[in-house]
Amino acid sequence: MTRTAWTWLILTLAAVALVLGPLDLTEFGIPYAGLKRYGIYILTLWLVTAVAAMGVNLIVGYAGQETLAQAAFLGIGAYATALMAKAGYPFGAAFAASGVVSFVVGILLAFPALRVQKHYLAFVTLAFAIFVWLVIRNEEWLTGGVSGMDVRRPALLGLSLRPALYFYWFTLAITAVLVFAMWWLLRSPWGRAFTALRENPIRAESLGVDVRMYTVLAFAIGSAYGGFAGSLYAPLVEFIDPAPFSLAPSLLLLLMVVIGGAGSFLGPFVGAAVAVLLPEWLRFAESYYLIIYAVLVIVMMAFCPTGIVGLAERLLRSRRRNGVQDGTVALTRAKQ
Amino acid sequence: MTDVLQLVVAGLATGAIYALAAIGFTLLWQTSQTINFAQGEFVMLPAFFALAAMHWWGAPFGVAALLAIAASMLLLGVVFKAVIVDPLIRRGVLPLVISTIAVALLLKDGTKIVYSAEAQPFPSVFPDKLVSIAGVTVSLAQLGVLAAAAATIAALQWFLGGTRLGRQMQATAQNPTVARILGVNVDRMILYTFLINAALAAIASLLVSPIYLAKFSNGEHLGLAAFVAAIVGGFNQVRGAIAGGLLVGVIDNLAATYVSTAYRQAVPLVLLVLIILFRPQGLLGRREERVI
Amino acid sequence: MTVVLEVRDLAKSFGGVHAVNGVSFDVHQGEILGLIGPNGSGKSTLFNCILGQLEPTRGEVRVDGKTITGKRPSALNRLGIGRTFQLLQIFPQLSVRENLILAGQEHKGSMLSRLFGAGDAGLSADADRMIAFFRLQHLADEAAGALSYGQQKLLDAAMAFMAGPRLVLLDEPAGGVNLTMLASLKERLQAINQDTKATFVVIEHNMEFVMALCTRILVLAEGRIIAEGPPAAIHRDPKVIEAYLGH
Repeated sequence: MTRTAWTWLILTLAAVALVLGPLDLTEFGIPYAGLKRYGIYILTLWLVTAVAAMGVNLIVGYAGQETLAQAAFLGIGAYATALMAKAGYPFGAAFAASGVVSFVVGILLAFPALRVQKHYLAFVTLAFAIFVWLVIRNEEWLTGGVSGMDVRRPALLGLSLRPALYFYWFTLAITAVLVFAMWWLLRSPWGRAFTALRENPIRAESLGVDVRMYTVLAFAIGSAYGGFAGSLYAPLVEFIDPAPFSLAPSLLLLLMVVIGGAGSFLGPFVGAAVAVLLPEWLRFAESYYLIIYAVLVIVMMAFCPTGIVGLAERLLRSRRRNGVQDGTVALTRAKQ
Repeated sequence: MTDVLQLVVAGLATGAIYALAAIGFTLLWQTSQTINFAQGEFVMLPAFFALAAMHWWGAPFGVAALLAIAASMLLLGVVFKAVIVDPLIRRGVLPLVISTIAVALLLKDGTKIVYSAEAQPFPSVFPDKLVSIAGVTVSLAQLGVLAAAAATIAALQWFLGGTRLGRQMQATAQNPTVARILGVNVDRMILYTFLINAALAAIASLLVSPIYLAKFSNGEHLGLAAFVAAIVGGFNQVRGAIAGGLLVGVIDNLAATYVSTAYRQAVPLVLLVLIILFRPQGLLGRREERVI
Repeated sequence: MTVVLEVRDLAKSFGGVHAVNGVSFDVHQGEILGLIGPNGSGKSTLFNCILGQLEPTRGEVRVDGKTITGKRPSALNRLGIGRTFQLLQIFPQLSVRENLILAGQEHKGSMLSRLFGAGDAGLSADADRMIAFFRLQHLADEAAGALSYGQQKLLDAAMAFMAGPRLVLLDEPAGGVNLTMLASLKERLQAINQDTKATFVVIEHNMEFVMALCTRILVLAEGRIIAEGPPAAIHRDPKVIEAYLGH
């Protein structure tokens, strides 16, 4: 089977699994009991985290920058959505606003920072992350401060999305759209330019690639994804306070993308899965899981900087190579 | 007026501590292209080494302090370089930066678990008496901190400028390739830079912990102060780090009084943004040449 | 003959070192100008000043009458100036075809068309033509990092030509290339020079390559031009021989 056929097959299977996953299929004769409410919540959380991670992946894995502020953009999206919902705006407007505001802020942050040195953006995002958290925590009249805010789940065409399953499908649909948009972006000339400026910014510049503009755009789009994720996160957890939007979650998002595999399309999903599931598995060692995370990252960076996805690709390639080893050797000799 | 002067003196004292952290940070970046995002945690940790020595092994403060500096140089200097920096710099700057972020998390959570999540009181080297100088009341402890930091910086400057080894280190910081051609053992110079950074961080830790109390989460604030100080001063100069540190310290202290406590942390951030917008090469830095 | 590139009194100093010390010359359309000189004579620095990678200490550079001194490399690319690099600068993870599409995509259309238009910006045909010209057809879909050094050099040259430049500066194109590949490279460069009437300036250490390829040669020593003329004359010029032997 050709590679495209394989890809379509896997995509269809994944789609079916994701849509039917939470359902109890025993009435259809299939011995699968589905997921309970908490399981569905975890699944939805995984999707939301993956959206934020996709944004970080664009910034770090494709454009080669660092961002320490993704959780701040999540916060902006979350509070914007919560406030707009309270003011009676439909979810669609809040969702769009979250993305647009994050995009604009992203441009304002990146444009001056990149005038100087490549790494200044990291420090600017650090400063911004702390600043946003301070505002969220202190402006009680707006955000409720440390007491937080309640968030009601939206209704879609009259159907309430309060039930976990409906909200999950809703999030799945939106995530699918965002994934498609990211895929389109990366396959377009913009995506090629992003790869170029990660791999060889000097050559890219001499080929006419406006390195600065593309980097700013990558940062802005990646941050917009953070805003979108925040917009989904608020109704998911139905109560937001400043805690999930501080510096530490930003660092975690960065690390999870790296563990999953920065620069690969599936990386953020793998990384998000690790991030969401690890605390569940390590419930007994709750306080240690951050340390385990950190050690995992360091080991990964040293031995397999392409992350889990890179490791999997390497294994698949070596198995394929072992099967056709003589053929390829002959080919390479002929090339020279 | 005397109030402002008091605040300025206090600010200079903490600023000198930030300067120590910023100098180490700048040196690491110059010599080995290492952006150490764990620098704040490097300044948080040595105090806990001292606390452990005092409370677990009953060591007197002086011994504990020396042990802290030694442990810091070993762990945050030699081990950090050998285990983290050397293997990862081969992969590029980005994996190294990410790993230092991971190290920061590791040190922060590790300290919380191994020692305590509570803020710990830390003994001061200098007695906390108030003295009156030229009509201004200042704390002896603050003057002591200022003097200690100034002495450390002076010693460092003398070392870098006045000894053969120091000049070799400066050459390595300015241009490792040329230094190597001139016969300097560049790898050893880089090791010494890591040791110096660890020592500076340890001294900063011993000076700052009496003021802020030793807490596992101090790294965030201290690290940010170090980064801002280094950038404000101009990333490529030690003098800049000193100026930056003092400026950040003074502004930080003035902000604590004149700006709402809630937004006190934001003031160094505003400074950072202003510098990046209006004078990106920092106060004392030089405009960098475009890369070939 | 139209003058494509004018360099006037260009100088670049690093601290007290005068790498380029007042260099002036013209390059005419269709020429292949060789720039030679012993190590440290300032050739690469001169190139980098012309190409916007370094800001010259003084002097002016004009292309087609327009001043380009100190302009950024991406701006120069859009003015029709291309370059190759001494240290190979291709994109190893992209395929050969994708490298070429990238090399041309910033010239076509706008940022918006690049986002919402075709994934290859309509350049697949041009890329394939370039691949055929440089005889890399069997490698078109291979990752550029998997090619041999000589093949990567060909790709590097091909990338410089994708945007149809008027002026191309080649920085040691022959460096590290084996003999068979070398002949092929020289022949392809001359062919593209004939086809497109583009103007070349070539820095090179390989004397035979330079003498065979170039129509005119400039000799640089200690930041200054010490000789100029057709290959045959330069070959015999005593000043040139002394500059090389003296080092």
